[in-house]
Amino acid sequence: MSDNTIISLNNLSRRFKMGSGEFTALHHITLAFSEGEFAGLVGPSGSGKTTLLNIVGSLDTPSDGEAIVLGVSIASLSHQQAALLRNLNIGFIFQTYNLLPVYSVFENVEFALLLQKKSHTERKKAVMEALEWVGLADKVKSKPAQLSGGECQRVAIARAMVKRPVLVLADEPSANLDAQNSRHIVQTMKRLNKELKTTFIFATHDEKVMEYLDRIITLNDGKVVKDINVVNAKN
Amino acid sequence: MITLKLAFRNLLGAGLRTWLNVFVLSFAFVIIVFVNGLLDGWNRQAYDDTKQWTAGSGQLWHPSYDPYDPYCLQDAHAPVTGAIATLVKAQQITPVLITQASIFPGDGMQNVLLKGIDPAQRIIRLPSAALKAADDYIPVMIGKRMAESAKLKRGDQLLMQWRDKNGTFDAKEIRIEEIFSANVPSIDNGQVWISLAELQKLTGLENEATLFIAGIQYPGGDAGLWKYKDLNFLMKDIDEVMQAKKSGTSIIYLLLLTIALLAIFDTQVLSVFRRQKEIGTYIALGMTRWKVVGIFTAEGAANSILAIVLGSLYGVPLLALLHRTGIPLPESVDSYGLSISERIIPYYSMGLILSTVLLVVISSTIVSFFPTRRIARINPTEALKGKIQ
Repeated sequence: MSDNTIISLNNLSRRFKMGSGEFTALHHITLAFSEGEFAGLVGPSGSGKTTLLNIVGSLDTPSDGEAIVLGVSIASLSHQQAALLRNLNIGFIFQTYNLLPVYSVFENVEFALLLQKKSHTERKKAVMEALEWVGLADKVKSKPAQLSGGECQRVAIARAMVKRPVLVLADEPSANLDAQNSRHIVQTMKRLNKELKTTFIFATHDEKVMEYLDRIITLNDGKVVKDINVVNAKN
Repeated sequence: MITLKLAFRNLLGAGLRTWLNVFVLSFAFVIIVFVNGLLDGWNRQAYDDTKQWTAGSGQLWHPSYDPYDPYCLQDAHAPVTGAIATLVKAQQITPVLITQASIFPGDGMQNVLLKGIDPAQRIIRLPSAALKAADDYIPVMIGKRMAESAKLKRGDQLLMQWRDKNGTFDAKEIRIEEIFSANVPSIDNGQVWISLAELQKLTGLENEATLFIAGIQYPGGDAGLWKYKDLNFLMKDIDEVMQAKKSGTSIIYLLLLTIALLAIFDTQVLSVFRRQKEIGTYIALGMTRWKVVGIFTAEGAANSILAIVLGSLYGVPLLALLHRTGIPLPESVDSYGLSISERIIPYYSMGLILSTVLLVVISSTIVSFFPTRRIARINPTEALKGKIQ
């Protein structure tokens, strides 16, 4: 494990109750992610990609093994501590955007900063900067219903990035987008990854996204079957 | 603060559903203020009228006097001497002598209470100055209810029969000198007012009285054998009737409030089911589950705040108009035995408004909280997918 490792998963398993039995979504996963990575978890549906992202994002806890994210063990966090970790350090991007429908673009992006109790001036500056990153500075007053899918996902990226998190977890961010929009949003994230050194971890089976990944971890039936550093492989 | 801010944004974003809930709740709010204001106005009017027309600032009763027992009157009187006479002379109190009598209006006979009062008294509003002495008849006055029931009018002469202190019957012609209009039935129905000196002479109870009505100068307290009855005691009947009326009417507005609260409860239950993804998103963005519970509860409670604002918009002009014009009451309410004027002026005290605001806000908050408690048990990963749990 290198010095700049921000995520360390050791022998991690996750089981769910299914009726009278159990379903194992993740089997003894051992992985590490370094700061500034642009990595993807790929694999078919049900391979455990989202479950893994949820654990890394402290939305779920492992059944066995250890998940250490930004120096803290996810299993040891209380609800409040996990919420604080997410609020300060982790941004989420979802397949269905999950924008708050009654809020404007500005308010959606501002939300994370409201939770951090930042001042109005700080919030405004940060929100406008984030919207400029994703090219939506002219849509501040629009409601999500007035935006296209691609625009909604760019708002979601701005919302994830506005608090300058260490880590962004993107769960199938391009699944609802056409090819052009998919490329556009991944390019945007790649740019932010380079400029801000933010670590991005994707769960995806979209090949257009995979083209941009520096590291591809293939999961199947809850197990890591391949872990390729694309940059090294290309070299 | 952020919770309230988010709650209001969500609530206003919900559109028509919010405004329907808010309107029903605002209606309940206005009705509660109106009904209680009406009863409080009635209570104040009854209290003031009773004080001005009969109770004064308190009364001193003969120990045997019981207003609900006409048979006590035979013994419930005593001479006005010593300290009590000094108080009468100082016009701090005015004596009243009460006895039973019968009058013969038209064909029939009617038993009445014959009350003697000093024509010069100024302690109560009764127009006793009308009871001027006359040689060939006894000048009396009655209330308008008594005049209506006995079909009497000013200037009518009729026979009155009474007993003197020895139980001997006597009778003489009386003349209706004055028909007064008072809102207080207890000085009106079945009562004939006469000059105190005249009644003392007719009954042979020279310089005697049954009770004294105290003016504002009287400091209170018993005076010799005379037992002091303060206003709390004298207004007990009014208070009891008002409490009974308030309990009765509260059922109506509590029903209305319940309907409004049920609508909020229903909306909250639906919200928790339909907004799973939103709940999951709040948690993913870094909110604790209980903070999300707080947002949803505050949304429900914010209904009440909007309801109070909306209710004030149409309620304040409406209630102010009713306060200015008063509300006419049907004559049948006279049968309550309470002091009732022809128009009741509703009285909206700050206490009434604040307590109603608190009732609406607290009850809305409670019914909003119960359905949202389950958010604390929601699995955020399932919620993010929008799965109903």
